[in-house]
Amino acid sequence: MTSEKTESKKDHPWLMRTYSGHSSAKASNELYRTNLAKGQTGLSVAFDLPTQTGYDADHPLAHGEVGKVGVPIGHIGDMETLFDRIPLDKMNTSMTINATAAWLLSLYIAAAERQGVNQSQLQGTTQNDIIKEYLSRGTYIFPPEPSMRLTTDVISYTVNQIPKWNPTNICSYHLQEAGATPVQELAYAFSTAIAVLDAIRDSGQIEEDAFANVVGRTSFFVNAGIRFIEECCKMRAFVDMWEQLTRERYGVGDPKMRRFRYGVQVNSLGLTESQPENNVQRIVLEMLGVTLSKRARARAIQLPAWNEALGLPRPWDQQWALRMQQVLAIETDLLEYGDILDGSPIIDAKVRDLISGAEEEMKRVREEGGMVAAIETGYVKRQLVTSHTARMRAIEGGNLKIIGINSFTETAESPLTSGTDSGILKVDPAAEHEQIERLQAFRSSRSAAEVESALVNLRSAATSGENIMPASIRCAHAGVTTGEWSGVLRGIFGEYRAPTGIDISTHNMTGSGTVDSLRKRTRSTGDELGRPLKILVGKPGLDGHSNGAEQIAVKARDVGFEVVYEGIRLTPEQIVKAAEEEGVHLIGLSVLSGSHLELVEDAMRRLEKVGLSQIPVIVGGIVPPEDEVNLKSRGISAVYTPKDSDMNLIMLDLVNIIRESNGLERYDA
Amino acid sequence: MLTLSKFPDPDTLASAVVDRQRPAVAKALNLLDDKRPEARRLAARLLLLLPQEKVYASGHLVGLTGPPGAGKSSLTAALITLWRERGLRVAVLAVDPSSPISGGALLGDRLRMLSGQIDNDVFIRSLACRGEFGGLSAEVWPMSLVMLAAFDIVLVETVGVGQKEIDVSKLTDTTVFVAQPASGDSIQFLKAGIMEVPHLLVVNKEDLGLAARRTLAELRATLKPAIDDSSWQVPALSASAARGTGIVELADGIEAHRCWLLEKNQLTPRRKNFQAEWIVKRLGEEFGRFGIDSLGGTTVLMAELAQSGSSPFEQYDMLRQRFLSSWKGKQM
Ligand code: B12
Ligand SMILES: Nc1nc2c(ncn2[C@@H]2O[C@H](COP(=O)(O)OP(=O)(O)OP(=O)(O)O)[C@@H](O)[C@H]2O)c(=O)[nH]1
Repeated sequence: MTSEKTESKKDHPWLMRTYSGHSSAKASNELYRTNLAKGQTGLSVAFDLPTQTGYDADHPLAHGEVGKVGVPIGHIGDMETLFDRIPLDKMNTSMTINATAAWLLSLYIAAAERQGVNQSQLQGTTQNDIIKEYLSRGTYIFPPEPSMRLTTDVISYTVNQIPKWNPTNICSYHLQEAGATPVQELAYAFSTAIAVLDAIRDSGQIEEDAFANVVGRTSFFVNAGIRFIEECCKMRAFVDMWEQLTRERYGVGDPKMRRFRYGVQVNSLGLTESQPENNVQRIVLEMLGVTLSKRARARAIQLPAWNEALGLPRPWDQQWALRMQQVLAIETDLLEYGDILDGSPIIDAKVRDLISGAEEEMKRVREEGGMVAAIETGYVKRQLVTSHTARMRAIEGGNLKIIGINSFTETAESPLTSGTDSGILKVDPAAEHEQIERLQAFRSSRSAAEVESALVNLRSAATSGENIMPASIRCAHAGVTTGEWSGVLRGIFGEYRAPTGIDISTHNMTGSGTVDSLRKRTRSTGDELGRPLKILVGKPGLDGHSNGAEQIAVKARDVGFEVVYEGIRLTPEQIVKAAEEEGVHLIGLSVLSGSHLELVEDAMRRLEKVGLSQIPVIVGGIVPPEDEVNLKSRGISAVYTPKDSDMNLIMLDLVNIIRESNGLERYDA
Repeated sequence: MLTLSKFPDPDTLASAVVDRQRPAVAKALNLLDDKRPEARRLAARLLLLLPQEKVYASGHLVGLTGPPGAGKSSLTAALITLWRERGLRVAVLAVDPSSPISGGALLGDRLRMLSGQIDNDVFIRSLACRGEFGGLSAEVWPMSLVMLAAFDIVLVETVGVGQKEIDVSKLTDTTVFVAQPASGDSIQFLKAGIMEVPHLLVVNKEDLGLAARRTLAELRATLKPAIDDSSWQVPALSASAARGTGIVELADGIEAHRCWLLEKNQLTPRRKNFQAEWIVKRLGEEFGRFGIDSLGGTTVLMAELAQSGSSPFEQYDMLRQRFLSSWKGKQM
């Protein structure tokens, strides 16, 4: 019917964003203004880990992390600098913020007010999905119950006060990055949506007739992997299931309020360190999954860069990623047609398949007592670790082929990585120090009395159960810091450590000749050393990237190690204490946050102090080549990065490192 | 190859352990875990060097057991906090299952026992059960002695349902069984007499409400009143590790049992008996019922062991040799 469309009838393209922020509010502000000049149509703010987990830059846990993976925002002054000369009434800002979402939104509102912009004019998104933090992303602070309350406070507040705000972005993106299959992505995203919407409904903060607005403002943040046809079907399944859920469970009549609105970041877990130029093809193909089908097309897209697995992207790398989107939207004819997949029986069948799989898994979550309960019992996390382990085994066994990893591994030297900066962004190490100085200057410039009374007010809102936002906005204006705001709530709500999910069964996944021989070697080395080999896998710092540590732990158990793993976000001091008490043969530290030099140094010094410097230490994660040299000269026995994808080889190495450090001869490969 | 000074000197180690030096405690535990002949000899000496008073007459050795997921680690964390507030130094031995296929194990209990603060008067060692000794690892008992020499309370956490996990009661002064609300298992086992009665029962997760109250009522119904005034009356308690309720009562109940043992002069005989139990059990694991019988049967063995003053490793090796040579003799 409407197959021939003219240029003028072309659909509007999606919102194009680049997830960015680093070093300081000032540096990030400059970056944002350049990106906007390049045709980017919205902002997507990456915060550093201390900001995401509620610590000030001068807190001991923030050491090494300030300004590394995002921008540090410690108070209203930083927020004002971040949006200097960016008019907030015109901007659409997406903030990847969760545990401290209420706080960062308060700072944003306060900064807008200081620009003369009323909060009702603001547009943008707070990610504000705490559930996936426990499952994948790792920047949670409080136990699930009070966290859900903060989530619902933000939603209720914005629905009433900032009508164009997307108060929550239910995320399945991060679940796929932790190994989730398309079915799991669907099931857990909707189980999360149910948990959140039910909580809002039961909170009594929303008038009954306004509840449809809450549903209407609920948006999603999904992932798109390399199997782009299936991903396209997944997106169509999302649309259909949401339409049904909002109609049947929440009785939303208005079809506009039932529309499935979503943003995307395409898959990064499959982007490789080896032959990194191939990531460009991967990213472009992944983008097709969320754009091909018009009725399931993304509203906003942000793409990773070709150097994703190497380290942080430089402005040029991000520009390249933005240009991929622009080429697809502007040069191709994609936006000229209606839904090109409608009517395809193959697509329809696949969609039905995904839906029925998802419904079944949602039933299981219900049986666990709902999504929040299924987090506390560790059920969902175990499912994710199981899927990820299956993926790793498939790569290991060659059933899942990845170019450059387990097939076509030969390559000419890449000119992309041969520059003096090794092809990644290096954050100025002075950034932390400067941020601390600014913070301390800020603290001494504010009125102590106003801060104190704003905090008293916050405390009473937190305990009484009234909406946390007004008290938080008052704190923002008074000059309260991120650490102070979070500190008050930590005191009232307590802190939480989520299940690690690694206690899974791998019986039907293991068992090759290599594994058998590894088991023998692990056992006989244990016999030679008098007791079974025992290792500690530690995640120091604020880093939440748990995949690598989890997979190493599961694999090590499967080849016969006794493995101590305590989850993410430990201090080097805690890790060293555990190593001592547990009497381990080897310590493995996993760091992907870029703070490896500081954290490893700290751990090594403490090991020396308690007389354990004879225990070999290895480091895994995102470690640039020159840092590897540095770490080894500090006494680290080995460094593993994403290109070391053969976990059997890593395991043999661990056995050999233990053997050598105990005066035994190495085994041959 | 290194051969010299591979092992710590037991005399220095023993006094450093008594001195509560953490590295020494860690080394002593490693030594007790070590199966090399030289290590076994030194470990035997180490055990003999530990002060008798600490090992047999003071401190408190507590076993905490129950089905997976009942909240043992969470309760342990809550108890640690309370005991620390009471000024007690705490050591924990957390036993987790091993994979029967690879022999490997994931030791994750520390996760729930961790409090933000670093506290050097808390010492946690995780152990894999290594397919031995029911739900228990053979190393648990000797290791608990080292811990008793350096800490005020030693808590052994083990998993399991039914007969096996209660093995811990043969190696600890006081055994606490943690029951899971709405799971009839433990009650069935108790009723059927499959499970030996522990010294305290506690239903965790009382915050769940009705299900927990019902389980508590059922447990209480299975408990028989004490035979007379002087016997121990098993209490059935209720707690929530998550909310921190009932923890004081639980800790008080555990302490009451210790006082009762002391009052009845049972603490020391009980501890001494552990050694014989441990040896007979190990022999049983290795050689089966047949082995025990050919060594004269459990009763005779226990009596013989009670007489001897040598270290458990020596006794064990001696009996092992006796069995092996008698068996060899018969074969020929
Ligand atoms: C998956 C992923 C995520 C997931 C993590 C899910 C999870 N639970 O782990 C999600 C989506 C949540 C995420 C979030 C973020 N991420 Co991320 N993420 C990745 C990604 C794509 C893959 C990492 C991964 O899991 N790989 C698979 C595992 C199996 O591999 P691995 O960890 O590398 O482990 C292997 C080796 O390194 C080694 N190894 C690792 N540890 C150990 C330990 C031992 C003992 C041994 C022997 C070996 C070993 O062996 C493993 C087997 O091969 C990388 C980029 C990339 N492609 O590598 C970015 C990356 C690590 N993320 C990055 C960033 C910045 C973030 C954020 C901080 C962004 C932000 N500002 O909010 C957030 C916040 C996360 C947090 N709380 O810390 C950056 C880090 C930059 C840097 N170091 O300079 C990277 C490099 C992307 C980039 N280029 O910007 N991320
Ligand atoms: N509602 C509620 N949940 C609890 C309580 N105590 C523990 N849990 C939860 O129960 C689950 C198991 O807790 P753990 O302490 O790990 O239990 P465990 O008995 O040590 O488990 P295993 O080590 O697997 O045998 C976790 O999800 C806890 O959060 C409680 O008092 N109330």
